[in-house]
Amino acid sequence: MSYITGVGLTSYGKHEGLTSLDLMSKAAELAIADAGLRRAEIDGILCGYSTVSPHIMLATVFAEHFGIRPSYAHAVQVGGATGLAMTMLAHHLVEAGVVKHVLVVGGENRLTGQSRDASIVALAQVGHPDYEVPLGPTIPAYYGLVASRYMHEYGVTEEDLAEFAVLMRAHALAHPGAQFHEPITVADVMASKPVASPLKLLDCCPVSDGGAAFVISCEPTNAARVKIRGCAQAHTHQHVTAAPALSELGAEISIAKAKQASGVTISDVRYAAVYDSFTITLAMLLEDLGLAKRGEAASRVRSGYFSRNGEMPLNTHGGLLSYGHCGVGGAMAHLVETHLQMTGRAGGRQVRDASLALLHGDGGVLSSHVSMFLERV
Amino acid sequence: MDKPADWTTGFEAILYQVCAACERPQYFRRGFCAACGSTGLAEQRASGKGTVYATSIVARAATPETRAHVPYNIVLVDTEEGFRMMAHGANDLAIGDRVSARFAQFAGRLVPYFERER
Repeated sequence: MSYITGVGLTSYGKHEGLTSLDLMSKAAELAIADAGLRRAEIDGILCGYSTVSPHIMLATVFAEHFGIRPSYAHAVQVGGATGLAMTMLAHHLVEAGVVKHVLVVGGENRLTGQSRDASIVALAQVGHPDYEVPLGPTIPAYYGLVASRYMHEYGVTEEDLAEFAVLMRAHALAHPGAQFHEPITVADVMASKPVASPLKLLDCCPVSDGGAAFVISCEPTNAARVKIRGCAQAHTHQHVTAAPALSELGAEISIAKAKQASGVTISDVRYAAVYDSFTITLAMLLEDLGLAKRGEAASRVRSGYFSRNGEMPLNTHGGLLSYGHCGVGGAMAHLVETHLQMTGRAGGRQVRDASLALLHGDGGVLSSHVSMFLERV
Repeated sequence: MDKPADWTTGFEAILYQVCAACERPQYFRRGFCAACGSTGLAEQRASGKGTVYATSIVARAATPETRAHVPYNIVLVDTEEGFRMMAHGANDLAIGDRVSARFAQFAGRLVPYFERER
């Protein structure tokens, strides 16, 4: 058994003057306090990476900075899937009895710590150094390629994709910590600057500063009883040139294994937290996971299915697209929001029923996948 | 491994490998077949003909060198020889177009550039 006993999240956007370690520390402190623990009780640390401050031993750098001497610590790197991959590892570590309380932490001053160009260049390096990067692609271009093919095969339109940006923005409006607070329409998305066709500026998540953390424990430490019911990964490729056909995507493999590991079916799910680096990412993953039929996710957005009061509330904090994306912490915000929803602490954003949640993270170019089910017990 | 004499090192050629054991083609060059592990690989020169699988026109580039070229079309092409590759292409290419490659200069390097077959 493993439980998520505490969560911590900073606002996303600009945190002028704060370093990656500062943002990690803020989030960690919030999560440990939320779990009702003292720092000394944390015996495991898993952290992600920082593109602004790369280090070969970030977990021990953080542990020393934060003042913890853990018996287990290292960094994990799976791109956007890192947060959920760390959570999966923490789950197995506490289940195996290696440690009692694992602090999972990610944070980066990606917006103010480097130029936006530097971020784009750093992230484009997920491409192949000899066969892709010299062609001048960007992360939006890798996903633009995926989008062009998906739209071609399933009849999805640019207006369909825009719906996801509008939904995430609508959700972000209810969260004071979100990077964006101005409502947008499908027309606004369509009129936004081209980035890498078919993706336009508002189809893309922003670059942000921020931090997020959770504590995963072997037993509950407080009234919040959120259990990790089961999880699984799939890694099909690294480079988009080597990606499998759309009929054998990693998300389909990882969700099938996660369902098997947890005995849960999609019809049991009441809340969804799905990686949304671009509108196409969210559209595809919802369909891969079985939360909508092929080509029909956008019509489910239009009908309110994924809205706060809909049948399957999705990323009620605004997701990467509108809460913001600070790297590893980016998708960790999805889990923090899920935890708040599951424990009835989401305030004005509270959904009716979040008793069972599905989370999914994606790293690279739909390369690495982690699917996870959380249950309130 | 020796460096290949192909576009990645400045030569006007697209090279790939074919496995003698399982006959699978592979584009990313290695000392073994990624499908079966055999080290019996033959290097071959591709015809440069293929079909467009996906396209994305980059309007926002991140370096001064690449910015000088916007908008440029990043394409994935399924080659006649059975491997997929990333390249540049004419801005009017559509998925399913039959294309053939020439070579072009991009940000100080030689890159394959696909155009519709006439």
